[in-house]
Amino acid sequence: MGKKADIKLIREDGLRHDGRKPDELRPIKMEVGVLNNANGSALVEFGKTKVLAAVYGPRELHPRHMSLPDRAVIRCRYHMAPFSTEERKSPAPSRREIELSKVIREALEPVIFSELYPRATIDIFIEVLQADGGTRTTGITAASLALADAGIPIRDLVAGVAVGKVDGVLVLDIDQVEDEFGEADMPVAMMPTLGKITLLQLNGVLTPEEFKEALRLAEKGIKEIYRLQREALRKRYVEVSLEE
Amino acid sequence: MSTETVKGKVYVENRQLVLPGELLAEGDVQAQSPYIYKVGEKYYSAIIGLASVEDNKLNIIPLEGFYLPKVGDLVIGLIIDVGITNWIVDIRAPYRAIMNASDALNRQFNPIQDDLRKYFDVGDYVLAKISLFDRVHNPVLTIKDRGLGKIVHGRIVEIQVSKVPRVIGKKRTMINMLMNETGCDIVVAQNGRIWINCSNKELEDILILALKKIEAEAHTTGLTDRTRNFIREEKARRGL
Repeated sequence: MGKKADIKLIREDGLRHDGRKPDELRPIKMEVGVLNNANGSALVEFGKTKVLAAVYGPRELHPRHMSLPDRAVIRCRYHMAPFSTEERKSPAPSRREIELSKVIREALEPVIFSELYPRATIDIFIEVLQADGGTRTTGITAASLALADAGIPIRDLVAGVAVGKVDGVLVLDIDQVEDEFGEADMPVAMMPTLGKITLLQLNGVLTPEEFKEALRLAEKGIKEIYRLQREALRKRYVEVSLEE
Repeated sequence: MSTETVKGKVYVENRQLVLPGELLAEGDVQAQSPYIYKVGEKYYSAIIGLASVEDNKLNIIPLEGFYLPKVGDLVIGLIIDVGITNWIVDIRAPYRAIMNASDALNRQFNPIQDDLRKYFDVGDYVLAKISLFDRVHNPVLTIKDRGLGKIVHGRIVEIQVSKVPRVIGKKRTMINMLMNETGCDIVVAQNGRIWINCSNKELEDILILALKKIEAEAHTTGLTDRTRNFIREEKARRGL
C-alpha cells in the first residue's frame, strides 16, 4: 500500500486503477445454501471482497425478556474475520463492527415480515472472509439471499452497492483503495422491485447534483446485482417443472 | 405471458418458480397464501416457492421453510423437559410446545404423588396433535385421540418441513407406494418427522434411503416411479 501519490485512481485513458469503467461493477459471484447447519446461508463475492452470511430462525429467544409480543426480534452480527484484512484484525467486535451490525440490521428489518413470528427471534450472522471495500453492502446482499434461503417471508431481496467519488469522478462499486484515497463513499441498499431505499450513508462531500447522479448510478448497479441474486436463487431449482 | 381473468391479471404460470419480491398478479385475484402480500393493487411473493394458479385463485407452495404450528396438525414431538404438571416438547417450530399432564393421563392426577417422568421422560418421542396455538400462546399438545401417544418402537426420520407434502404425494400416492413396497408402517407428521416401523432392519434401511432420496429430489418430476425402482433395486441387491 502506498500513499495517494503512488496510485492513480483514474488513469489517463479514463479507466479506474483496476481497469474498470467508472460505472462498472466488480466481477460478482453468488452462491446460496453453502452451510449445512444454518437455516439459510449465502456466500457473495464482489471482486476481492468475500462475505458469508448465515440465518437462523425464527427460533425461541433467550433471554426471554428481550422478546417482543407483536413481532420477532431481528438480531444481526457483522464481523470481520481476523484474516480478512492485510494486517490481522482483532477478533473482538470493534466499535465499527457494532455500528455496522446495527446499520445492516436496519437495512434488513423493513423487508422481513417479522410480525408473523411474535416472541421469536431471527438471527443474522455476517462474516467478512476477505475485505476489499464495500463489505457492508456485500453483507446486506448476502444476508438477504440467506433470508430467502431460510424460507423467511421477505418483501423483496435487498441488494446493495457503494458509489464513490475519486479524482472528481463518480464511480460505482468502490474497492478498498478507492475508498481510502477517494473523496466520497456512499453505500446504498434497496428493495429493487418496490423501489425503496433501506440504507443510505454518505461519507465525504458531494454536491446536490453529484448526489443525484451517484444515487442514479447506485440504482443501476443494484438492478444488476438484483438480477444476479435472482439467478443465484433460481440456480438451485433448475429442474423445477411440472409434477404428476 | 399474463392470463386475463374476469378483472385481475395473473403474471405467473402454474408451477412456475417464484422468488421473494416477484410480481404475481394485479387487480381482482384471490390470494390464498400467507406468503403473498399486497401493495396497492399488486400481489407479490414473499418466499421461494412454486406458484399455483387456478382461475383467479393464487397460491404459493413453499420450497424452503420451517414448521409453523397449526391447530389440528399431527406432530411428532421430542420431550425436552419435565415440569410439575406438564412436559416441554420440541416440535421443530419457532416455539416450544407444552403438553399438560391432565391432557396426557386418562385420570385425575396429583402433582404431589405423581412423578411425570414415569410417563414421559426427556428424550421420548410422542405422537400428538396441536390443540391450541395462537400469537400469544405457545402451542399446546394433546394425545387424547386414537393412535396418539408415546412412540415406543420403530424409528424417527427427520426431513425438511417443506418436503413433507412430497413424501405424502398427491392423494397419498407416494406414501402408499412406500408402504406397499416395503411393508412398513409410516406416519408422516406435519413437522417433518416421520415415524417408521418395519419388520426387519434391511427394509428399514431401504426406506430411510428412499425417504432421503425423496427429500433431495423433491422438486423433480417422476419421483414416485424413480423411488419405486430404487426400492426394488435395493431389495434385489440385498436379496429380499
